Formats: sequence, C-alpha cells, structure tokens
Amino acid sequence: MQVYLPIAEISVNAFLLLGVGGGVGLLSGMFGVGGGFLITPLLFFIGVPPAVAVATGVNQVVASSISGVLAHLRRKTVDLRMGVVLLAGGMVGSGIGIWLFNLLSRLGQIDLVVQLSYVLFLGIIGLLMLQEGTRALLRARNPAAPRRKLHTHTWVHNLPLKMKFRASGLYISVFPPLGIGMGVGVLAAIMGVGGGFIMVPAMIYLLGMPTKVVVGTSLFQIMFVAAFTTMMHAVTNQSVDVLLAVFLILGGVIGAQVGARMGLTLRPEMLRILLALLVLAVCGKIGFDLLWTPAELYSISAPRGV
Amino acid sequence: MRFVGFLLLFLVAALPLRAEEVLAGLSQKQLSLTVNFEGSEILVYGAVRREAPVPEDSELHVIVTIEGPPAPAVIWRKARRLGIWMNVESMRIRAAPSFYAVASTGPLEGILSMDADLRHRISTRLAIFEAREDADVSNPAAFSEALIRIRKQEDLYQALESQVTLDRETLFNTTISLPKNLVEGSYATRVFLVRDGAVIDRFDTEIDVQKAVLERWLFNMAHEQPFWYGLLALGLAVFFGWGASAAFRVLRT
Repeated sequence: MQVYLPIAEISVNAFLLLGVGGGVGLLSGMFGVGGGFLITPLLFFIGVPPAVAVATGVNQVVASSISGVLAHLRRKTVDLRMGVVLLAGGMVGSGIGIWLFNLLSRLGQIDLVVQLSYVLFLGIIGLLMLQEGTRALLRARNPAAPRRKLHTHTWVHNLPLKMKFRASGLYISVFPPLGIGMGVGVLAAIMGVGGGFIMVPAMIYLLGMPTKVVVGTSLFQIMFVAAFTTMMHAVTNQSVDVLLAVFLILGGVIGAQVGARMGLTLRPEMLRILLALLVLAVCGKIGFDLLWTPAELYSISAPRGV
Repeated sequence: MRFVGFLLLFLVAALPLRAEEVLAGLSQKQLSLTVNFEGSEILVYGAVRREAPVPEDSELHVIVTIEGPPAPAVIWRKARRLGIWMNVESMRIRAAPSFYAVASTGPLEGILSMDADLRHRISTRLAIFEAREDADVSNPAAFSEALIRIRKQEDLYQALESQVTLDRETLFNTTISLPKNLVEGSYATRVFLVRDGAVIDRFDTEIDVQKAVLERWLFNMAHEQPFWYGLLALGLAVFFGWGASAAFRVLRT
C-alpha cells in the first residue's frame, strides 16, 4: 500500500514506513535509546528529502520519549531541577542549531555536516560503549576486579553560580549542565536526533549524576527540546510531515513494546555491546559513503531563502 | 463582406502552414494525488485534419510533450577535498520543469530543425532555463546535463523517441506514464505537427494535477499556518506516543 506524503512530496510504501518505525522502536525499547540517530539516516535511504527527514525525525522523538518520561515521573526518577537547567540550555542550542541548519542548507553543505556529525558522534559513542560493555562483561565474570569511583569533582563543577540538585545529590555550578543542554540542542536541530546517546554519557561522566536519575532526566529534557525543535522546523522551514510522522510513530510504539520485552531476556552488558556494534555499523556506513567515490557527482537542491 | 470572406478562404487555402491541422484529446485531464497514488498513464490521441490531399514529397511527424510546473533549482557538483567528497560548485537554474516528457514519431534530431526547436522549446535541453548571469562555474553545460540525467533516472524526464504511433498519416496516439513522485500544478501538454523539420501546427491543453483533500489541507496548513501545524504535529506525537503505551498497559493487565 502506497502513501503520498504531502510535505515530502513523494509516495512511499506504508508498510516500509511502519517497518522502519517498528524496527527502530524495537531497538529503542531493547536498548533504551530514542532511536532518532537511526530513523533519520534510514529516511535518507528511502528517499525522503534531508530537511524533511530531520524535521520529522525530531517529531518522532517527541512521541517515543513521552511514554518513557511519564513512566519515570511515576517512579520519581527524574531530577526536575536539573531537567529544567538542561532544558534552558537545550532551547538556546536548538535555536542556534536551526539557524546553522538554514545557513548550511544555503551553502549546500548541510548533507556533509549532518553526515560528518553522524560519523564523529556515533564513532565516539560507539567506541566508548563498546569499551565500557566489554569491561562490564569482564567484571561480571571476575567479580574481584576493582570498581571505578562514581563521581569526581573537577574544575568545571566549581565554576560560579552553584546550585543544589537534590534528586541527583549534587551541588555544582549551573554552567556544565547548561553547556551540555545547549550542545545537545544544537545536535537535535541539525541531526534530527534526541541526543540521548550523547546526553546519557555526558550526565554520568561529566556531571557525575547517579545512574538511576540519568535516563528519566535526559528523556525529560529531550522530549521538550524535540518538541521545541519540531515547532522551529515547522515555522521556519515547513518541513515537518505529519503523515510520515504518524506512520513512524505507530510502528515505533509497537516496536518499542516488543523490544522492551526482548530486552529483559538479554544480559545488560551484552545489550550494551550489541548497541555499540549497531552504532558503529551506522557510523561506518555513513563514513564509507563520504570516502567512496559517489556514482553521481551532481545533486539537485531547491534554492532556499529566495 | 463576401470579398473579405473569399480573401480569407483564399488565404487559408494558400497558406501552407494551415494546410494540416491537429486535433488532440487526453484520456485524463484531472489527476488527484491521493494517499495511494502510484503514478498514472495518460493516453494522448488525436487526428490530423486536412482539406488537401496528403503531400507526398515530405514525411509527417507528431511530437507530444507534457511539462510539469517549472521551479528554480540549484545543482551542486561534488569533488574530493581532504579525502572527503563534498559539494564544491553550484549553478542556479532559473526554471526547470518538474516533469518533462517528449514523445515523438522518430528521433528528435532527425525530424525537428534547430530553428523550430528553439522557437517552441521542445527538446528537454531547451525546456530548462539556466541563470547564466551567475554561471561562474567551469562547465555550465555539464550541470544542465546532470540535472537531465538525474531526473531521467527518477522518470521525471522522459525522452520517448518513436513512441508515437501515426496511422495512415492521420491518426496518432501515445501513452505517457506519469511517475508517483509528481508535484502538483498544471501540466502543459502540447502536440506538434512537423513537416520538413518545421512545426506546421500545434495544439495546447493541460492536465490539472492536484493533491487530494487531506493532503491539500495538510500542505496548505503547513505553509499558511505553520504555528498551528507545528502544534498539530506535536499533538499527534503526544497522542500516539502516550496513547499507545497506555493501551499496551491496559492490554497487559
């Protein structure tokens, strides 16, 4: 069954879209990530114009994070104060990101920047996760091995404007969380991702937040930044395709439920290694496309800002 | 009055250009881009009306073109910089048809003179208007060729040589298939009668391609009320995201 997408202006098989949403939802349920970093490149492969893929990707992130946020709020595993600080940074970052996105589109370099960001961030995060996962796996086999210290204070935490984050048990400057929020906001706007895959390690390793509030708080921030970014894209570029989003979301929520069940049967260290390999595979594919001589040297884009 | 009438008749008869006239029709003049649109076949048919016997010294040819709404475009060329393939050069196209099909009874170069092609802008190359003023690129022709090549691969540009059947020098027909990735608007359809490389008559009509009701509404809303459209997108995301997980919770218990 074909569906004609009114904003993307192409007609795509509905089951393919449900499949993409479902597959990514499955992985996100299994691994606890938003899946934006997979949906956006997959939409490129289907032939959705990059601008529409990025804007619709963030819209999908809103849907995939809301149920998670509600669940975490019920369990009181969200540091609301930290979430609001991160969010403030995120809004600013998203605004900058949208501006950059439009500037780069005019210069014809948006695809390159998006691809390079994917290679860079997926590569780093994938390698970190792989290393962490293997170490955890080895530790599980050998319980006598020494554990790492959870949180250490460095100079960034002692900048001025200190604030108490009770739920996280932290008393640190507001600048590190503001900065992290901003960075993730920029990425959300340019890459069409929620940014959970960067946010979570940053919160654990840079801020030293306890793991139990990290996922809920990052989801809380991501949901609002994604919502804000969706609005910005809708207003400045008119590039959000609601029909496309509905299909991705429908597939996604079903996939996420199935994935969450499957995730329970696998060991967490194994899950982390699998996710790392998946992230590295996506990174490798995009990087390969940048280095390999393309079959078609020319491309067509619609002029912007005229 | 009668004198004028005679004069007109005389003129019409004497004018070789009007010796043969083309009449044409289309199987569809309205096309709706519904949710399940998968492309469409348009049959273009018609006849040549003539009052004099068929001229024997030259061959009659028919050319049919369908042209989608033109739009400006930017064409980028990639080159390797620091080992990475990136866009380095661009050329603006003032207007390029979003769809262009040329069907003819024979190869265009063989049946149409350069002069007639220039005047009526029939071949694909001439349907594209480059913006020459900012063409500071090394090889502008390569950019237009790339545009044609890429759109041909997407079936948006079609050269259908020898796809028009002409029967007894009078009846002709051809089918042109419109792909699924159509832009809406009015598709100018032209039929040319060609003898000795010159166009002796043409027939103009159009196909109206419209988005269906829901798609139309969404598209208009996205462009005219982007703020409310954004809220709608968020509302749907919240509704489906939260609704589905709530439904699953109910199912499980």
